[in-house]
Amino acid sequence: MNGGLRRVLAGREAPVAGALLVVLAVTTAVNPRFLSDQGRFDLLVAIAITGLMAVGQTFVLVMRHVDLSVGSVLGLSAFMAGSAVRGDTGGPLVLALLVGVVVGVLAGLVNGALVAFLRLPALVVTLGTLYVFQGVQALLTGGTRINADQLPSSVVGFGVTGFLGVPWLMWVCLLAAALGGVFLRTRRSGRDLYAVGSNPPAAELVGIPVARRTLLAYMVSGACAGGAGVLFLARFGGVDSNAGIGYELPVVAACVVGGVNIFGGSGTVLGALLGAMLLKTMGVSLSALSVPEFWQQAINGLLLLVAITADRVVLLRRERAARVEAARHRREQADAEPAPPAAGAESPGHEGATTTEVVR
Amino acid sequence: MSRVLSWDRSVFVLLVVTVAVGAVVDPDFAGGSNLGFVLQDIGEIMLIALPMTFLIMTGEIDLSVASTAALAGCVLGWAWQASGSMAVAVLAAVGTGVVCGAVNGFLVTRLGLGSLAVTIGTLGLYRGLCYALLGDTTVADFPAGWTNLGFSSIPGTPLPYVTPLLVVLAIVFGVVLHLTRTGRWVFAVGQSVEAARFAGIPVARLKFRLFVVTGAVAGLAGVVYDLRFASARPDGALGFELAVIASVLFGGVSIFGGVGTMWGVVSAVLFLGSVRSLLQLQGVPGNALTIITGGLLLASVVIPVVAQRWSAFRERRGRALAAAAP
Amino acid sequence: MRPTRLRLVAFLAVAAASLAACGGGSSAGAGSSSSAAAPSESASTPAATAGAVKEGLKIAILPKAINIPYFDAAYAGAQKACAEIKAECEQIGPTQATGAAQLQFINTVIQKKYDALVISAADANSVVPALKKAQDAGVAVVTYDADVADTSARSVMVKPTTPDLIGKSQVDWISKAIGSGGGEIAILSAAATAENQNAWIKIMEAELAANHPELKLVDTVYGDDDAAKSAEKAAALMQSHPNLKGIISPTTVGVAAAAKYISGSKYKGTVQVTGLGLPSEMKAYVKDGTVKSFGLWDPGMLGYLGVYAAGVKASGGDPKAGFKAGDKDYTVDGDGVAIVGPPQEFTAENVDQFTF
Repeated sequence: MNGGLRRVLAGREAPVAGALLVVLAVTTAVNPRFLSDQGRFDLLVAIAITGLMAVGQTFVLVMRHVDLSVGSVLGLSAFMAGSAVRGDTGGPLVLALLVGVVVGVLAGLVNGALVAFLRLPALVVTLGTLYVFQGVQALLTGGTRINADQLPSSVVGFGVTGFLGVPWLMWVCLLAAALGGVFLRTRRSGRDLYAVGSNPPAAELVGIPVARRTLLAYMVSGACAGGAGVLFLARFGGVDSNAGIGYELPVVAACVVGGVNIFGGSGTVLGALLGAMLLKTMGVSLSALSVPEFWQQAINGLLLLVAITADRVVLLRRERAARVEAARHRREQADAEPAPPAAGAESPGHEGATTTEVVR
Repeated sequence: MSRVLSWDRSVFVLLVVTVAVGAVVDPDFAGGSNLGFVLQDIGEIMLIALPMTFLIMTGEIDLSVASTAALAGCVLGWAWQASGSMAVAVLAAVGTGVVCGAVNGFLVTRLGLGSLAVTIGTLGLYRGLCYALLGDTTVADFPAGWTNLGFSSIPGTPLPYVTPLLVVLAIVFGVVLHLTRTGRWVFAVGQSVEAARFAGIPVARLKFRLFVVTGAVAGLAGVVYDLRFASARPDGALGFELAVIASVLFGGVSIFGGVGTMWGVVSAVLFLGSVRSLLQLQGVPGNALTIITGGLLLASVVIPVVAQRWSAFRERRGRALAAAAP
Repeated sequence: MRPTRLRLVAFLAVAAASLAACGGGSSAGAGSSSSAAAPSESASTPAATAGAVKEGLKIAILPKAINIPYFDAAYAGAQKACAEIKAECEQIGPTQATGAAQLQFINTVIQKKYDALVISAADANSVVPALKKAQDAGVAVVTYDADVADTSARSVMVKPTTPDLIGKSQVDWISKAIGSGGGEIAILSAAATAENQNAWIKIMEAELAANHPELKLVDTVYGDDDAAKSAEKAAALMQSHPNLKGIISPTTVGVAAAAKYISGSKYKGTVQVTGLGLPSEMKAYVKDGTVKSFGLWDPGMLGYLGVYAAGVKASGGDPKAGFKAGDKDYTVDGDGVAIVGPPQEFTAENVDQFTF
């Protein structure tokens, strides 16, 4: 138990959570309404969509890949899900969610197949599918829009109601984060993703089915983006052809701020979710602090840079400590028994990542 | 081995074929005024693609280029109103680009941050500074003599004034990449940073300079953009970063670094501009154009891989047949 | 090292694909323009218009961006006018509303030798040089919905209604909704650089200062016509101004996002929302009581009048002297601006009658 607590404090998540608490505390001190019931509810609604996409993106990033098509997938799924349930009778919310997730998984399959089987660079593939999915969505939508009055109240109400003071949208995000977090931490195939991201050739050598795991990661990312599409539909009570455009970079930024290593091999779903929370909270707090409108975007960008830099500094310091610790550990183990194979071991990011690996 | 048709050469041939086919299908396409327009239309993308090629070749990336161009454009407008001298304003704009690039370079090479993450951050920061500088105003009182440079043609030709700038810079960047020591360093760093370090190449300094040059050229592109649209506004060049990167990758530059040619990139920018113009003149709707853009980008990575596998398969089968023969 | 022939095959595959795309596209484009259905009212319109306008004109309608219901409604009006003057008309345009993207389509209009261009400028300054080029090439240029900064770059502008009326009406609607008690209000606009919105905001400020001492404008924020950003800005307004009584959003995206946010928050009933919105998008919020009234004009009339004005210009006439559209005469003011009419106010009673 004590060890567990120490691990939490020593994790990459702790500084992000700390920063989040500081932002919340400062903003609330200046503007008490920031965390009033309604203020908290609005903040959580704003976090849910980016947060859910960041959960999915984590799966891809730890494998040293990236998924830039998530914004387009969101738009496509929101439209398909909306079309499925609109009309006089109106379909149930479950149908919308199902359609959204299926659309997302299919999109993820396309990305994953191109990356996994043809071994194409993920950045190029998902930049290509970003345009393709966006175009497909625009072709399907044309000038039509799905409006709130065409949607069943179960879907529209889903976007504005909650349970225990937490919006339903956020519950979806939290559920996905919990499932994803447990999977990555405890399942063998989840651990495989880290192994592949740390060292792809080595992972292949120890017998990890790299292509299948890659496909899985992209399907998860797609499913999350698809689910986020349904959240979008519920939140805005409608969708048009601009939905999701430009969402991809903030999602990647959230993961990076949350300590997900862009070189692959490390990072957690919890961290990504905290990263999304931190970025959104900073954005909203600037308004709550009455920062002049025209300065907000610049300050937001600056804070993002500070967060990335701080994360890097923490990481470097921790790695130094880890090396010392590992050396001690090796000495102890040498006395006991031979070390297990590295495949399942969590790699704490690697300083030695060469710059050619920066970009996939 | 002499008739190797690598991807960059394929792109060049594609360009020639597109223009030739376009001329047959649609006489308006090959008219001087349209080709002049295409050159003008791709001007900023081409400019930024030149240094971006260097960056991607070394395994880095810069997503902040469009925001840098916009910020330089805003500084151009602001400095013009403040100083009343376009020469000063242009210097200030390009200088802004240099500073933006230096900030990126510092964060990447000194602090060791990933360039993807850093430039996502500065993309927001530089764009935000545009709004901080100009807010809801648009500077639209540039002197006509200067804005004419932006959208008129060189007298007696259908070519826009930006043409000589593009030609000169493309040649300079091409020569540096393929014929100088700096260029060899870029290839070496892209192939293996470790090996490059062992060979005594100052990797960090090289990358820092590449970021600065990219910023400077993006700043120049911001000036070209403002003159072309006769105005400076905070939302200029929005979304250009992905178009630039897509062009560079389509030109056969490997996202992993170390592989690529300047003329492949130049051909790619021209090809994508020509295809878009041709399709637009043929009345292809915007939504389909988006799909075609993505499809071409995918094709640029899928086709070489598939072709390679197919040839490997043929070779294996050929060997098997040869072995089976008595 | 690398086999030649296969590379060649690979490259030919792409070439074939792009060619196929061209061929398919051209036939689709032709098909869509001819199959455009228009109401058969043309029979009832007399030869009065035919005298001024030539038949068989080729007219391009260039909205800020395609895939937008508002502009599709305007295009429906344009098609009706085109059927009446027996012109061939086609809507072309980019998927994103920027001046840079519109430029490519203006070039298409020049190259394809359209007789007239009816354009809503995504950005008042950046399309000016291109429009002048189009005029030099003999294209009649008319703006609708959003004008250009340099009025010599077009012949006539078809404005939905006077900026004065738009500004004053929105202040009236919010004042009516809040009641005599008054209080703090805020504006949720589109992009900070949107010319239309900025002009209306100035008029709203003046009208508030002159005639509504009970209303206090405390903030103006920008949602960039993005649903998420607009909703977050609306929520943020409630944080920074707890006593806010009303939000005016003079843009269709913003007013829908603000109404959706307020309708699902505890502020429903205490914070009023009004602005310029599409009846189809706003229906749900008028009926649930979030929005008492909002307004807009008939976008179809913008396209309808735009085509008539462009037709007159392309036939050698001068629409600046006034022009006839359908069976009604329209006057044009000194700046070359024709006004469609007063804004239409929508309430729970009448919102169902409108289809756009």
